[in-house]
Amino acid sequence: MMLSIKNLKVSINGKEILKGVNLEVNAGEVHAIMGPNGNGKSTLANVIAGSSAYDITEGEIIYKGKNLFDLSVEERACEGIFLSFQYPVEIPGVSMTNFMKAAMNAQRKYHGRDPIPAQELLAKVEQKRQLVEITEKMSGRSVNEGYSGGEKKKNEIFQMALLEPSLAILDETDSGLDIDALRVVANGVNKLKTKENAFILITHYQRLLDYIVPDFVHVLYEGRIVKSGGRELAQELEEKGYEWLKDVVVK
Amino acid sequence: MEKESNSLLKEITQSEYKYGFTSDIEMVMAPIGLSEDTVRFISQKKNEPEFMLEFRLKAYRNWLTMTEPTWAHISHPPIDYQNIYYYAAPKKKKQLSSIEEVDPELIETFNKLGISLEEQKILSGVAVDAVIDSVSVKTTFSDTLSKKGIIFCSMSEAVQNHPDLVKQYLGSVVPPDDNYFAALNSAVFSDGSFCYIPKGVRCPIELSTYFRINTANTGQFERTLIIADEDAYVNYMEGCTAPMRDENQLHAAIVEIVAMKDASVKYSTVQNWYPGNKKGEGGIYNFVTKRGICKGNGAKISWTQVETGSAITWKYPSVILLGDNTIGEFYSVAVTNNYQQADTGTKMIHIGKNTRSTIVSKGISGGKSNNSYRGLVKIIKRADNARNHSQCDSLLLGDKCGAHTYPYIKVENKTSIVEHEATTSKISEDQLFYCNQRGISTEDAVGLIVNGYAKEVLKQLPMEFAIEAQKLLQISLEGSVG
Repeated sequence: MMLSIKNLKVSINGKEILKGVNLEVNAGEVHAIMGPNGNGKSTLANVIAGSSAYDITEGEIIYKGKNLFDLSVEERACEGIFLSFQYPVEIPGVSMTNFMKAAMNAQRKYHGRDPIPAQELLAKVEQKRQLVEITEKMSGRSVNEGYSGGEKKKNEIFQMALLEPSLAILDETDSGLDIDALRVVANGVNKLKTKENAFILITHYQRLLDYIVPDFVHVLYEGRIVKSGGRELAQELEEKGYEWLKDVVVK
Repeated sequence: MEKESNSLLKEITQSEYKYGFTSDIEMVMAPIGLSEDTVRFISQKKNEPEFMLEFRLKAYRNWLTMTEPTWAHISHPPIDYQNIYYYAAPKKKKQLSSIEEVDPELIETFNKLGISLEEQKILSGVAVDAVIDSVSVKTTFSDTLSKKGIIFCSMSEAVQNHPDLVKQYLGSVVPPDDNYFAALNSAVFSDGSFCYIPKGVRCPIELSTYFRINTANTGQFERTLIIADEDAYVNYMEGCTAPMRDENQLHAAIVEIVAMKDASVKYSTVQNWYPGNKKGEGGIYNFVTKRGICKGNGAKISWTQVETGSAITWKYPSVILLGDNTIGEFYSVAVTNNYQQADTGTKMIHIGKNTRSTIVSKGISGGKSNNSYRGLVKIIKRADNARNHSQCDSLLLGDKCGAHTYPYIKVENKTSIVEHEATTSKISEDQLFYCNQRGISTEDAVGLIVNGYAKEVLKQLPMEFAIEAQKLLQISLEGSVG
């Protein structure tokens, strides 16, 4: 078991957002978490990553046998948790190459490894750039500065490719993307997918799932996972919308 | 680069101020306090010609009539000018002609500072004029330079060997009665660097000088004069360190630059004098007057400074744009942490036609420090088509520090264009979370973000200096967030 979330309750400013979430993710699996906006999908992603903006009132998250709440944000990252941000921030004046060098070396240091030699870094940057089909020369530019929405999302996938996480959480990475950018993001995930890693795709639409086939689909509604199923659940949601879930919750 | 960031981490976790050591070098000192006798003592010790003694005495008498300026946004207990040694020189055994003759302790000091007068430096193509407590010890590369007619030596040597040039230019940009600290320096300055680049010569290497305050209770009053003749070019670097002491030490330097027709001078400073401890005790009081004049048409003077040290920084490297089509530039990063106070900026005085000036100032404040930008852009009546662009940014790292901007703009000519931009920002929680999520610690993230913020200025520095400056920024800001 890679990730096990049990009865997770989270609130922000006294308002309960997650009301007892249960989720299990194994290596080699792709999970999609769907649901209407404002029902806790991004909260779940941020809490796994370790954002301090939330109060965890109950429950536990066990990742690779470790209690996640004992680890800092950067320790979680070094343990292989990667979050593709819904709104990636800009860091003016810091080149993408420098930023990734800092990140990779921090993670290597955590595992007792020497910093990556410059040649190896540059070769890797080039290799991953091609893998995720980024044609723009992003590596010389400042982190996310002046990027279009699509470029920012592709840049997240690029970073994911370089950091090779065990558990990648993609928070609405598909939103606001045109069809080409969507394809780039999806291809990136498909190429990076192995038997050892796992993906959690947080998405509002089933569109992304035309390109990435999930093993499991969960519906997060009013702070709970109200329904889980296979790929066909996504199609069902696409056809029926989310309205019918109200009945599910009432039951 | 990898090695650097690795050792950087070490430095961050271990060091507070790594240049805080003193060396046991035999010293010759003037009696404590300041009087006409002190001035005469210094001049005599340096075996100066009569005109220099007169220059000093005139300055001293001026100084007596002046009062310390109070307009800067700084505060400090009164300075007791009678409780300072005005002259301290390593005891000279004999005239030094080779590196082997230099006091081994001195070499050790240089090694600790990370500067070497030997092969490594030669390989990196830097000529060094090292100043320890007021006296220039050894100048490398002089021979290579002299073949091109370039004079690069200590101010004392210049007074002896090139009195005409000194007489003509010393005090011509910063007059001895310019301000309180300039008058003080003019009276008691002990040494410094002198540089003359002849007509049409492009100085083939970057000239560098390294200042260091060593002896307790000595003020350091160095004096630098750079003259670039017509169509000459020079890139000059200045670095400073000082050992840790509980008491405050006074530093009042003057740098004068003269750029003739079509000459270009680039002056870079990385200042990391001891800033005092976390409680605000000790540290250097740095009151410096730096000014250049673009005398001939088409001349250019560019100041770049990275100010991370000193308890107090009072410094306004300026350019007088006298010739037509002259250019003045000022690029500055000023970092204050703990209880440091910096009041720094520039003056761009547009006198010639079609003169242009650029000001880029990046202030970074952390802890309980205060960081002020103070600048003057003056365009006089006859300065047709003058242009200035100023950009003053402030970055706050906490909620107990202060950032202040005092831009003065005086325009007397309607054809001029003056632009001023200013921003104040904080490192956002979102930025830190983003970096943390990639595995980067908060301390490293701050260093990364701050270096990005200062990039526009750092890229003006020569490569070797830029790396040092990047490290300094990070070390200076240790523990500044939170």
